[in-house]
Amino acid sequence: MDLNTITDVIRPRGQESLPLWQEGDALLAGGTWLFSEPQPHLRRLIDLATLEWPPLEVDAEGLRIAATCTIAQLDAIALPVEWTAAPLIGQCCRAFLASFKIWNTATVGGNLCLSLPVGPMISLASALDGVAVIWGRDGYERRVPVVEFVVDARKNILGRGEILRRIDLPAATLARRAAFRQMSLTPLGRSAALLIGTLSSRGGAFDLTVTAATSRPVRLSFARAPDASTLRERIARDIDDKLYMADPHGTPAWRRHVTGVLAEEIRQELAGETAP
Amino acid sequence: MSFRVNGQEFAREPRPGQCLRTFLRELGCHGVKKGCDAGDCGACTVLIDGEPVHSCLIPAFRAERREVVTIEGLARGGTLHAMQRAFLEAQGFQCGFCTAGMIVTAASLNQAQRQDLARALKGNLCRCTGYRAIADAIGGIAHVEDAAAGEACGRSLPAPGGAAVVTGAMRYTNDVAIDGLLHMKLVRSPHAHARIRAIDRTQARAVPGVCAVFTFEDAPQRLYSSARHEVSADDPDDTRLFDDVVRFVGQRVAAVVAESEAAAEAGCRLVKVDYEALPAVLDAEQAMRAGAPIVHDKDVASRILDPQRNILAAVDWSLGDVAQGLAEAAVVHEGTYVTQRVQHVALETHAAIAWVDAGGMLNVRSSTQVPFLTRRALCALFDLAPEKVRVFCERVGGGFGGKQEMLVEDVVVLAALRTGRPVKLELTREEQFIATTTRHPMRVAVKAGARRDGTLTVLQMRVVSDTGAYGNHGAQVLHNACAEAIGVYRCANKKIEGYAVYTNNMPAGAFRGYGGPQSGFAIESAIDELARQLGMDPIEFRRHNVIRPGEAAVSADTLGGDVDYRNNGLEPCLDLVRDALRRERDTDRPAPPGWRIGEGVALAMIQTGPPNGHFADSRIALRPDGTYELVFGTAEFGNGTSTVHCQIAATALATTINRIAFRQSDTLNGGHDSGAYGSTGTVVAGRATQLAAEALREKILEIASEHSGKPGWQLAADAVIRDGERLGLAELAAAGRELVAGGHSTGSPRSIACNVQGFRIAVNLRTGEIRILKSVQAADAGRVVNPMQCRGQVEGGVAQALGAALYEELLVDRDGRAVNPTLRDYHVPTFADVPYTEVYFADTVDAVGPYGAKSMSESPYDPVLPALANALRDATGIRFCAAPLKADRVWEKLSGAAMTASAD
Repeated sequence: MDLNTITDVIRPRGQESLPLWQEGDALLAGGTWLFSEPQPHLRRLIDLATLEWPPLEVDAEGLRIAATCTIAQLDAIALPVEWTAAPLIGQCCRAFLASFKIWNTATVGGNLCLSLPVGPMISLASALDGVAVIWGRDGYERRVPVVEFVVDARKNILGRGEILRRIDLPAATLARRAAFRQMSLTPLGRSAALLIGTLSSRGGAFDLTVTAATSRPVRLSFARAPDASTLRERIARDIDDKLYMADPHGTPAWRRHVTGVLAEEIRQELAGETAP
Repeated sequence: MSFRVNGQEFAREPRPGQCLRTFLRELGCHGVKKGCDAGDCGACTVLIDGEPVHSCLIPAFRAERREVVTIEGLARGGTLHAMQRAFLEAQGFQCGFCTAGMIVTAASLNQAQRQDLARALKGNLCRCTGYRAIADAIGGIAHVEDAAAGEACGRSLPAPGGAAVVTGAMRYTNDVAIDGLLHMKLVRSPHAHARIRAIDRTQARAVPGVCAVFTFEDAPQRLYSSARHEVSADDPDDTRLFDDVVRFVGQRVAAVVAESEAAAEAGCRLVKVDYEALPAVLDAEQAMRAGAPIVHDKDVASRILDPQRNILAAVDWSLGDVAQGLAEAAVVHEGTYVTQRVQHVALETHAAIAWVDAGGMLNVRSSTQVPFLTRRALCALFDLAPEKVRVFCERVGGGFGGKQEMLVEDVVVLAALRTGRPVKLELTREEQFIATTTRHPMRVAVKAGARRDGTLTVLQMRVVSDTGAYGNHGAQVLHNACAEAIGVYRCANKKIEGYAVYTNNMPAGAFRGYGGPQSGFAIESAIDELARQLGMDPIEFRRHNVIRPGEAAVSADTLGGDVDYRNNGLEPCLDLVRDALRRERDTDRPAPPGWRIGEGVALAMIQTGPPNGHFADSRIALRPDGTYELVFGTAEFGNGTSTVHCQIAATALATTINRIAFRQSDTLNGGHDSGAYGSTGTVVAGRATQLAAEALREKILEIASEHSGKPGWQLAADAVIRDGERLGLAELAAAGRELVAGGHSTGSPRSIACNVQGFRIAVNLRTGEIRILKSVQAADAGRVVNPMQCRGQVEGGVAQALGAALYEELLVDRDGRAVNPTLRDYHVPTFADVPYTEVYFADTVDAVGPYGAKSMSESPYDPVLPALANALRDATGIRFCAAPLKADRVWEKLSGAAMTASAD
């Protein structure tokens, strides 16, 4: 929709030409959320597209995803075959409520910064031990694990004027085995719970990341794949009932229940008890 | 900046925060529609460098120097794109408002995406079709037929507006450019109930571009209802254009009129309203209790039954002796059935443009189902002479009853009269949710009993309907809820108690089915429960108890003496569904392993028109070139009535539909039409067209005899003929006599139509998910005038009802505020959500409808929810009494029952 209070669009060409942050500023990546709701408090858009960050970089360290990389670009990337967790990318892209048309516009960074519990790029980057690289106003750079980036529904750790530059996914986690489960009140609908498990091939460490059901990502780590009751107990102990979301996309009690169901399915799949 | 749109260069500077959608519309691309303006519906889809995007989410400046293609640019040099042709041949649309975005999206799909339309089309909402016709279009399956002269009725002829719909040329309410147009935005109440002490508009008026601010001080004192009926006394006079008391969150408080939408919005933010908050009541039962806040402290002139108890209308009726009926019953079912608040979600939001022309005529271009009744209401409200007011629509982007209201016309007219300039108001999607109308949420307590032999002995219900802050349609919806659902069953002892109750919720209004779906849920669930308790097949139990031709449908609203139920449509429909459920089809879906399977059916009966009078005029003339011009009043919003009218006229005049031009839904054309509501487009308005065409046929034959001096002429496609002689119609038209005839229909007598729905479903007991494996609907539409369109009405009704049965619920918080007024939070069915529905028509011919046709637009909705709940009962053994049947609630009830069972 038209954002009628916007009077100015800044299109910086590099980090040095980013303007000083002022009241009424908003960073514009894809704009798919910004333009989807009235924003009467905004006066100025700072367009990140003109920074022309390379969307995706792959090397031995892992995958670096620019904040401005679109979902379509991410979905289309071909990754090394030894990165067995890579299919999670396609699964998480398809977990968007929005269709492939929005993927052409929406960005990975935008999804993180919006910090909705349901953001599938948050699920992906949290589960794959992603690190958020953040630019500060004075040219400093800081790094924060994505699982700690989102602190609550629509709340993240970005300070005033800070910019999410990119998300780094380490090769070691990409090389793990992974299992994905999603639940929604409607077929292909908005996630009510999205869980990802990863299993390290070497030590057998098992990590479960719970998203969408909870107001922020929750990571449960195990030295090796747990049995069913251990997993159940950890979920009950480590995920406070108050963390489960209450909104039109599912009741908290159901989300808690479904989290348990999906977590157990993931455990069985990664422990080799069932076929994926 | 330089833009390239549909191959043409434009040098133009968009506003900094402008999105591509409005920018393209300003360039004249009116095919780019607004369904939500939030990226959820896909109606604004365009291609940028070949990739489909939602143009409402794209900052306009980002399209600079890129190749933009809209629906208008898809056809090359007058040749339609293959996808446009496919949508025409399958008639993959109804109202057509979503079609441009749908076609642009479909045209961009690769072969892999075409294999998975559920995913590929999840960003394109259609509220009319149920998506089957869209799938057929994309799959290259054609349905459109042609017909020889005089044989139009019964054939799947194409909608006359099709070519304009698929090219984006069809003009909906906002698709006009008007010089000097002012834009209106509304200030809305943040309180569920408050008195307005004062409104300060000084700052708003000072905003550059703001022309006027209107408040209750400018509004006529006169009270009226936003609901439109032929008899305006059907609805209470409880509404003021702007009031100094607001009764729901979202009620309009002031209007700001400005040179641009931006200035109007800025003005709205600066209107200072001093509210004195009042206690509010949000629950209908509570509202009836002593001491509850009074929503309307009005006198008897308002036609509110009991303002002090917030009761708008009541029903208290009985037949026989229910105590006796209960005593005779071998099995009894009692339950309270709750239906939620759902919204129509027509893809086109409400909009109106009003202006006074040079001749002093007030013109109102509006998204309305009822142009003639809106003119009547505007004349009464502003003391205007009817001949000085014109209300019209070209094509409306979906209605479903939501546009049987005057929700925007009154306020734009006030502004147009006061400013002397053209004024437009276009509601946002959020405004649709919070401040138009919804279905009436109801609680229906039912008690039903039957003898061991399967004979019903008692049917009793108590209906409490939440009409919200205003009583529009509330009384009539209550009466309709107390009518057919119970009337369809023969039973000696019946009792109905019903209340339509004011609360401080958003107002409810007319919505497809009009109370029938709510009470039908209760009754059809109870019938199913009795059959189960008796060990009878639910279909046989129904067959045993439904009324037969010649019997009256007895209820609180016993269908009047004008209902002519002569042919038996109910039993054939029951048979069709029973047989279809037994038959395997390749559209059946397999049950996932481990899920429970169940089957359920439900029926619905509907009178083919509203009870208190419905009138329609048609006029048809022979033009000098020998073709015809038909004028009728009913509006086209996807109901397909313009096709049907042409078919009826072509049949009566022994010609083909391409020889019939038509004009419609414009008070300037003269005559009267109550409007396109109550399933009347075919049976009432169509009857008027039939009468007009038959009268013209007689006139033509008479003139032919006079002109030639010979008797015995017969009408043919473009001539009259007699023993090898032939007189061209153009020649007759030139004979000097005016060849025009009118038809008038009174909407009486009426008939009865019915629908039976069957489902086979699978339920995941661990998660509460429901999957529909098979969906079947049988309809008694009499003689079907246009099978393709009628099938579309049934499929669309099933899809819309499934949304309400499974997903949709407009939630209101403790302060009366809507929780989910966006399409991403209020889930209407997408392609992925709608199963294939097998549609069967009973082989009947109606005694009253034109060419034996019955109405078939509302009733396909009615039996869907109970059929689904009955299938869920069959699968799980548990009776679900509250809609929607969402997975989280289904699981909650299943796990609760499991716990109870294990405790036993």
